[in-house]
Amino acid sequence: MSQIETFYEVMRRQGITRRSFLKYCSLTAAALGLGPTFAPRIAHAMETKERTPVIWLHGLECTCCSESFIRSAHPLVKDVVLSMISLDYDDTLMASAGHQAQDILYKTMEKYKGKYILAVEGNPPLNEDGMFCISGGKPFVEKLKYAAKDAAAIIAWGSCASWGCVQAARPNPTQAVPIHKVITDKPIIKVPGCPPIAEVMTGVITYMLTFGKMPELDRQGRPKMFYSQRIHDKCYRRPHFDAGQFVEEWDDEGARKGYCLYKVGCKGPTTYNACSTVRWNEGVSFPIQAGHGCIGCSEDGFWDKGSFYDRLTDIHQFGIESNADEIGTAVAGGVGAAIAGHAAISAIKRAQHKGDQE
Amino acid sequence: MSDSLNQQTGGLSDNSETQITRRQTAVYVYEAPVRLWHWVTVFSVIVLCVTGFFIGRPLPTMPGEAIDNYLMGYIRFAHFTAGYIVTIGFIGRIYWAFVGNSHSRELFLPKLFSGKFWKEVGHELRWYFFLERVPKKYVGHNPLAQLAMFFFFVIGMTFMIVTGFALYSEGMGHGSWSDQLFGWIIPLFGQSQDVHTWHRLGMWFIIVFIMTHVYVAIREDIMSRQSLISTMVGGWRMFKDDRPD
Repeated sequence: MSQIETFYEVMRRQGITRRSFLKYCSLTAAALGLGPTFAPRIAHAMETKERTPVIWLHGLECTCCSESFIRSAHPLVKDVVLSMISLDYDDTLMASAGHQAQDILYKTMEKYKGKYILAVEGNPPLNEDGMFCISGGKPFVEKLKYAAKDAAAIIAWGSCASWGCVQAARPNPTQAVPIHKVITDKPIIKVPGCPPIAEVMTGVITYMLTFGKMPELDRQGRPKMFYSQRIHDKCYRRPHFDAGQFVEEWDDEGARKGYCLYKVGCKGPTTYNACSTVRWNEGVSFPIQAGHGCIGCSEDGFWDKGSFYDRLTDIHQFGIESNADEIGTAVAGGVGAAIAGHAAISAIKRAQHKGDQE
Repeated sequence: MSDSLNQQTGGLSDNSETQITRRQTAVYVYEAPVRLWHWVTVFSVIVLCVTGFFIGRPLPTMPGEAIDNYLMGYIRFAHFTAGYIVTIGFIGRIYWAFVGNSHSRELFLPKLFSGKFWKEVGHELRWYFFLERVPKKYVGHNPLAQLAMFFFFVIGMTFMIVTGFALYSEGMGHGSWSDQLFGWIIPLFGQSQDVHTWHRLGMWFIIVFIMTHVYVAIREDIMSRQSLISTMVGGWRMFKDDRPD
């Protein structure tokens, strides 16, 4: 095989009709917010471009990103997305194992030097020389650095690779760090979420294939097309928020009526993700629709921001777990008491010295 | 007005005879824009604290249909509007520090590198700890007040304005003016939730400032040798005695 197959060829070989293929293209265009005119361009790119080799590494993680990815809602995903990106190495999904698998990694890296996309799921723990995550007999951090060296671009799948996630939560015994702390010389696309939405994952890859470049990123390196708005901004319960109608208790009338979950700690107002628009499992639902507040899983350090069920979250720096209002009322109370005391002494002193002056 | 001030201080160093004859009881301190700004800020900050409190801890659920209610929307509108007013006022106040009289600069430029300044801070502290019988006279803010105004008010307000507009930019969206100016604040603090928490702490910081500010103003109005509260209304500082300093 002198040339790698194009995406289209792979799709056809997998038994996908041209009609389904075009449907996929327009759906992807819509998912990326590109408008109908882009569907033919995506189709054209798919028909002409070579498949992009992808190396998918797994560090300290739970594989929920992979689980999400393989459930990408579009019917073609299982056959197509995995084939279309030419997923050359993914130790979880690939058939081979051990030395055979390692071999493929080395070969792919050599063959497509500077061209492959490195997708990283999970993150490297740095404590004890990285001994908390061993992959192929070596600390994962070494494998990560090695594979990143010749990558064209790097995708940080999920909150682990993007922010650190649960393994980096206080006190972080393994000293797990997001991959951008280890790889500093390559562009990194962060696709946070625990896990990220399947369509967001495939959408990011499709964008990169279609346009041959990285999607536009925000300040924190997340693709703007999926992470530029908060869950709250597009939440279907938002009218209840604006109206001041809240779920106060989990079993109250408001909960049954589907009121806003703000007061029971929904993190929608502080979480940037596409859940309220793309939703999950073929657009069936998402946490808020299911009646539970957003826990902010795509935000930096969401494990360390106190309870999932409080609007005002705890501030750990104060030693005891207390929120801004508790600290504020305590300080204001203290100052108020001090003022009252001071005023009393002032009045006494003034009474004592009355007539002293002039 | 500032001439009359010079007359007074100039007269002090001469000899005690002239002091007694010269009656210097009122000095024009706070020009009209400063006073206007003060009271606009008072009103806006009260609105901001009340509405901000209820944004973090909303009122009990409204009955009826969502379409008939807009409580949270009104509260947030009031908060954002008051935020704009306070910010524009603050910018105007900074401008006035450049073009106004010398007292209009006291808030922003405490003389931190002057030995005399710190000595007088010490005197004021002793006055507040009841260790000095007689307070000093000041035409503008006393040094301790200047310090407090700078660190509590100027720093506090700047912090609230910056974090406030960073949070506001979240609703305005990417590329909006507030995002471009203040959006970088959010990753600086970690994430949106952190900025919310700090903004909330800032509110309490400002509330503590207001409590202290109001108490001290009333107390000084009664116990010090000059007028305080009426000065912020009419602009004139009245002195209660003719003794020097």
